[in-house]
Amino acid sequence: MREAAVPLVLFAALAAAPFAGFGEGYMLTLLARAMILGMAAVSLALLVGGAGLVSLGHAATLGVGAYAVVVLDANGLTDATAVVPVAVAAAALFALATGAVSLRTSGVHFIMITLAFGQMAFFTASSLAAYGGDDGYTLYARTGLAGTRILEDRLAFHYACLGLLGLAYLFCRAALAARFGRVLRAARENALRVRAVGFDPYPYRLLACVIAGAIGGLSGVLLANAAEFVAPSYLSWQRSGELLFMVILGGLGSLHGAILGALAYVLLEEWLSHLTEHWRMIFGPLLVLSVLFFRGGLAGLLAPRRR
Amino acid sequence: MSWSLLLVQTLNGLQFGILLFLIAAGLTLVFGVMDFINLAHGVQYMLGAYFGASLAAATGSFWLGLLLALPAALAAGLLLEFLVFRHLYDRDHLAQVLATFGVILFVNQGVKLVWGAAPLHMPIPPLLEGGVEVMPGLQYPIYRLAILAAGLAAALLLWFLVDRTRAGMLVRAGATNPEMVSALGVDIRRLFMLVFGFGAMLAGFAGVMAAPILSVEPGMGDAPLILAFVVIVIGGIGSIRGAFVAALLVGLMDALGRAVVPDLMRLFLAPSSARQAGAAIASMLVYVLMAAVLAFRPAGLFPVRTG
Repeated sequence: MREAAVPLVLFAALAAAPFAGFGEGYMLTLLARAMILGMAAVSLALLVGGAGLVSLGHAATLGVGAYAVVVLDANGLTDATAVVPVAVAAAALFALATGAVSLRTSGVHFIMITLAFGQMAFFTASSLAAYGGDDGYTLYARTGLAGTRILEDRLAFHYACLGLLGLAYLFCRAALAARFGRVLRAARENALRVRAVGFDPYPYRLLACVIAGAIGGLSGVLLANAAEFVAPSYLSWQRSGELLFMVILGGLGSLHGAILGALAYVLLEEWLSHLTEHWRMIFGPLLVLSVLFFRGGLAGLLAPRRR
Repeated sequence: MSWSLLLVQTLNGLQFGILLFLIAAGLTLVFGVMDFINLAHGVQYMLGAYFGASLAAATGSFWLGLLLALPAALAAGLLLEFLVFRHLYDRDHLAQVLATFGVILFVNQGVKLVWGAAPLHMPIPPLLEGGVEVMPGLQYPIYRLAILAAGLAAALLLWFLVDRTRAGMLVRAGATNPEMVSALGVDIRRLFMLVFGFGAMLAGFAGVMAAPILSVEPGMGDAPLILAFVVIVIGGIGSIRGAFVAALLVGLMDALGRAVVPDLMRLFLAPSSARQAGAAIASMLVYVLMAAVLAFRPAGLFPVRTG
C-alpha cells in the first residue's frame, strides 16, 4: 500500500493544483509543461530504468509527434481524433525503425547511435522548409476535440495533460509488472542468462522502444499544443540530455520518479532563470552534484524505508 | 559543379577533418583507457578558441596567443578532471553522460558571463594572410592550408608519442586491457591524467587554430563534439588510427556533401527549398554513415578491444 502512496499523492496534488493557489495562467502553463515533459520522462524511464537502454535521442520521438501535428495542421487537419493516432503511430514507427538498428549495438554504442538518429531527426526537422525550417512553425490553433475547441481552455488542457500522464504512467507500470517487463528487467541485469532460459531479449527491447516512442510522440503532440509552436530545437540532443536528467533526478528505480524529476526540473529551471540570467551556471553544477551524490533520486528520498 | 569547387571543398573537408581528429584523439584515448564518456570534451575546444582569441588580443600577437593558450587549455582540462571527472570513472555511462552534460551547461554559460554572448574575432597572423594559387585562377587561403599542415604535424607527433614512447605503449596497453596494466604496477590514474591533459590540449589547439576562421562564441564546441563522437564510433573506440581515418572521412563527407547535395536536390525541388533541404541532408550524411557502420560493424572500422 505504501508503495502506491507517493504516486497517488503526486497525482492528487497535480489534480488539486489549479484550486490550491496554482490556478493562474502562468502557473498552469508551467505545470502543463512539467506534466508533458514528465510523460516523456516516464517513457524514457521505461527504457533506461526498465530495459537498461540509455537513449540519448529520445527527444526525437517528441519531435516526430510534434511535427506530425504541424504537418496535419498545415493541411487543415486539427482534430485530435485524427492528430493523435497519426502522431503516435508516426513516433512509434520512427522508434521501431531506429530501435531495430540501434538494438544491434549495446552499451556506449547504443548511446551514440541513438544520439546519431536524434541528430538525423533534428536535421530533417530543420530542413522542412515548408514548415518553417530552422525558425519553427506557429500553429493556427490548438488541436480540437471532436469538433470543439475545449483544449483552448487552460483548465481543460491541464486535466487533459494530467489524464494522459496518468494513463501513460499506469500503462508503463503495468507493462513493467507483466511478463514483458520481467524479461526486460532480467535482460538488463544479465542478457546471457535470459537467453539461456529461452528468451531472446531483442523483440522485448524493440517493443519497449516502440512503446517509449509512442508515448514520446503523444507528449510531443501535447508539447506542440502547449506552446502552439514547434521548432527543431524540440529535437535537439540537449533536450534528450534534459529528459535523461529528469529520469535520473527522480530516481531510476521507479516510474513516478520520472514525473517528480520533470516537475523538479521545470520548476527549478523557472525559479533559477528568474533569479539570474546566468542560471545555467547554477544548474550545471547542481546536475553534476546530483549525479555524484544523489543516487537514489527524489523517489528514493520519498520511498518507504525497508526494514 | 566545377572541378575548382570540388578541389576547394576537398581541401575544406580535409582541414575540417583534421580539426575533428584533434578533438577526437583525446576523446578516443580517454574513452579507450578509462571507458569514460566525456561529453564536455567539446568545451576544451571552445576554451582553446577563447583563450587563443583573448590572449592574442592581449599580447597583440597570434603566435604568443597560441603559445599561451595551450598551457591554459591544459590547465582547464586538468582542473575539470580534478574537480569532476575523476569521481566518475567508477560510475556507469549514464552518470558520466549526465554529469559531463552538466559541465557543458556550466562552462558554456560561464564563457558567456566572462566574454559576453557576442562572438570574438581572432585575426589571422600577417605571415599566413592571403592565398596561394592551387589551380590556375583559383586562390586558396594560406591560413587554411596552414591548419591542415599544423594538424598533420600534431597527428604525426601524436603517432610518435603513442607508437614510439614508453608512455604511449602504456596508453595502448591501457586501451586494450586496463586491468592487466594496472595489475602490472602502472598507476593507471596518473597515466590517465596524462592522457586526459594531452587530449584537452589537442582539443584546445584545434580551437585556437579554428578561431580565426570561425566565430568564437559560447556553445561552439557542441557541434564538433557530436561529430567527434561520430568519428570515434566510426573509427573504433580507443583507436587513434581509426579516429584519423574516420575524421578525414567525416570531414570530407561533410564538406563534399554540402557542395554536392544541394545541387542534386535542385533536380527535384525549387532552388530555395533545395538549398535548405540540401544543407540539412548534407549535415545528416555523416550520421547516416555512422548508423550504417554501427549496424554492420558494431565495433567500428578499426576495433581495438578484443575481449
